[in-house]
Amino acid sequence: MIGIVDYGMGNLFSVDKALERIGVPHFISSKREELESADGLILPGVGSFKDAMHILKETGLAAFLDGYVQSGKPLLGICLGMQLLFEESEENGFSKGLGYLPGTVKEIPSRNEAGEAFKVPHMGWNQLIFKRDSQLLEGLEEENVYFVHSYFVDGIDENDLIASAQYSVMVPAVVEKDNVYGMQFHPEKSSRLGMALLKNFTELVLEKESQS
Amino acid sequence: MITKRIIPCLDVKEGRVVKGVQFLELRDAGDPVELAKVYDEQGADELVFLDISASQEGRKTMADVVREVASQLAIPFTVGGGIGSLEDMKRILRAGADKVSLNTAALLNPELISEGAAYFGRQCIVVAIDAKYDENLGTWRVFTHGGRKATDWDVVGWAQKAVELGAGEILLTSMDADGEKSGFNVALTKAVSEAVSVPVIASGGAGNAQHFEEVFNEAKADAALAASIFHYKETSVEQVKQFLKEKGVAVR
Repeated sequence: MIGIVDYGMGNLFSVDKALERIGVPHFISSKREELESADGLILPGVGSFKDAMHILKETGLAAFLDGYVQSGKPLLGICLGMQLLFEESEENGFSKGLGYLPGTVKEIPSRNEAGEAFKVPHMGWNQLIFKRDSQLLEGLEEENVYFVHSYFVDGIDENDLIASAQYSVMVPAVVEKDNVYGMQFHPEKSSRLGMALLKNFTELVLEKESQS
Repeated sequence: MITKRIIPCLDVKEGRVVKGVQFLELRDAGDPVELAKVYDEQGADELVFLDISASQEGRKTMADVVREVASQLAIPFTVGGGIGSLEDMKRILRAGADKVSLNTAALLNPELISEGAAYFGRQCIVVAIDAKYDENLGTWRVFTHGGRKATDWDVVGWAQKAVELGAGEILLTSMDADGEKSGFNVALTKAVSEAVSVPVIASGGAGNAQHFEEVFNEAKADAALAASIFHYKETSVEQVKQFLKEKGVAVR
């Protein structure tokens, strides 16, 4: 069973519908005791980093997630949900993140190194570039997925980078460290490839569950 | 590399898709949920729904349509028309839309753009601009109320203001070109695209695949929207994309 974390900042509906479409048992909850029982969690998110962290701390969900991750069960952050997994963000001044992966969330530069102009937000379909093997990418090809974000993760550990996308900078798109996963784009809005990525995540959750 | 987006637009009135010429002479074009599915299958990159219902009843229908479409689609979609408050935005986003598009209400109350951007993030806020060339002004003028009322704003000026306030995207419709099928307004689109830092969706005038190539290559649009040519099957999203690929335009 997959739990979708409801903390008031999520694209809950679309994630919910996507899991329904691929036939994965799931539930949405804001309650720690319910989320605790899930074999894997999805942390969605749209909006500002600072507000999201504030809510996660106030509601005790941040502390809950810390424990959940330590227990070894899989956690997938989507879009803002992925950024929250990192150490800190420069969005609207400095804020600390959940800190499961090293890296800093920064604004996407509007020019690349060669001085060419890029629009921010990074909005639309961009191609994934696979960086290393991962169960998340099993059976998939480097197709386009739907991004919409103004911030990206800088200073990522290369070992945690599964796939990236090229924009004004290299944008970390899929990340993985032990049992913590993140997708910067919206798999639930990324047509067939997006559905396949979600399917791979849920299969990995079920596998872990059957091993434990 | 980011690809150029092809966006079918559904003008929805009292729960049905309609289409007119220069914003008038509306014809029925089908069921929104059915059309949305067809476009998703054809490889549309996104969908736009514009609620042009005249009544409050019609508006309520829109939230239902949004909910139904959201459960069928695995691509993003934007909903606009009659959104005048933060509450309206919440209602539509909660029903499953990914972005809301503000038009008249943003001109009447520009603060609405900043409120929406602060609450949902700027990527959720699209500002739609209806533009018509004004000879006295020597440039394009912004119109509101479905193209019926002229404002004092020139289009580039308003687009820049909207972005400054927090718009994450501009949906730019040329009223002169709308429904005419003689091509997008390249000069207008280029002027706005070069003046703002956010993506610009060109709208109005699509008649064939070449028109898309023009608006991407010459006008620097990030996305292009069309209604009639897709609704009436004069061409398909697939065919347009195939043509663009052959011309070297990056598409999904």
